[in-house]
Amino acid sequence: MTPSTPARTAPTPTTLVNGEPYALADALPVADLVARLVPAFAADRTARGIAVAVDDAVVPRSLWESTTVRPGARVEVVGAVQGG
Amino acid sequence: MGTGGASSLLALEDALVASGTELTTVALRRFAPSAGGAGTSGDHGVWALLERLGIRALPNTAGCFTARDAVLTARLGHEACGTDWVKLEVIADDVTLLPDPVALIEAAETLVREGFVVLPYTNDDPVLARRLEDVGCAAVMPLGSPIGSGLGVANPRNIEAIAARAGVPVILDAGVGTASDAALAMELGCDGVLLATAVTRATDPVRMARAMRLAVQAGHDAAQAGRVPRREQALASSPVDGVVRAGNLDLAL
Repeated sequence: MTPSTPARTAPTPTTLVNGEPYALADALPVADLVARLVPAFAADRTARGIAVAVDDAVVPRSLWESTTVRPGARVEVVGAVQGG
Repeated sequence: MGTGGASSLLALEDALVASGTELTTVALRRFAPSAGGAGTSGDHGVWALLERLGIRALPNTAGCFTARDAVLTARLGHEACGTDWVKLEVIADDVTLLPDPVALIEAAETLVREGFVVLPYTNDDPVLARRLEDVGCAAVMPLGSPIGSGLGVANPRNIEAIAARAGVPVILDAGVGTASDAALAMELGCDGVLLATAVTRATDPVRMARAMRLAVQAGHDAAQAGRVPRREQALASSPVDGVVRAGNLDLAL
């Protein structure tokens, strides 16, 4: 008789946002993640000068609402700053 | 004129307007991942400033050490700034800030293939400049001297050689310290100058921006006006005959 083992759920993979671990339990729309990081975008969702890449692929602004970030993804949220 | 180095957005605004530039560079940097975005690296308010002034932003892959990072940054810049123009910078180390030629060519090829208008920041090697043009860059931007050094044009003969042979615009980019450097670059045949530190970190940025604007115009006019050749010996500019000579015995005879 095989001993029953309790069902285990896999541990949530580590999501990285801008190089830092980010607590993400469930998938989140890109737009919501950006709003959490960028006060200007949280205040005005038409704010420009911001770009996002998920797993090294740029996500166009038009797809921010419909694209979700899954736990374990590598996300970059960047903006234009003085320099160059 | 670039936006790097200004002490405040207000100072930057005044200098940009005084310079008369229609195009300015911006870097792409991560927003801090803390709640509320506190402690963002770099002031992200520059975007709103440029929109208000009607100055086009040229995203720069500043600070990238690899072709891969530069390509991703360029794509992010395209998305953030809404332009397919990119200043391509791939540096070899963070001390000299000199371009990495091999990575630069690799990134340039990739971005040209993706349809970017690539403006590469390069060194003053005429061969590398030609290679960048060969892979489809829209311009070449050789440094005068290291970024932020203010040392001017370290190798004028190389810059002149690059300008003479290039089939694309040549923009002197990096190392400009004062107005005469910008004028010299234009006299050497450059089509323009890109500078930031020389203005943003000057004691009076507005005045230096105005000086740079005038210097670029002056250098351009001088380059077009056909300068006199350099001579080993003097050549009088006044007639040699009929000179007054006090107490001239020859005239008395």
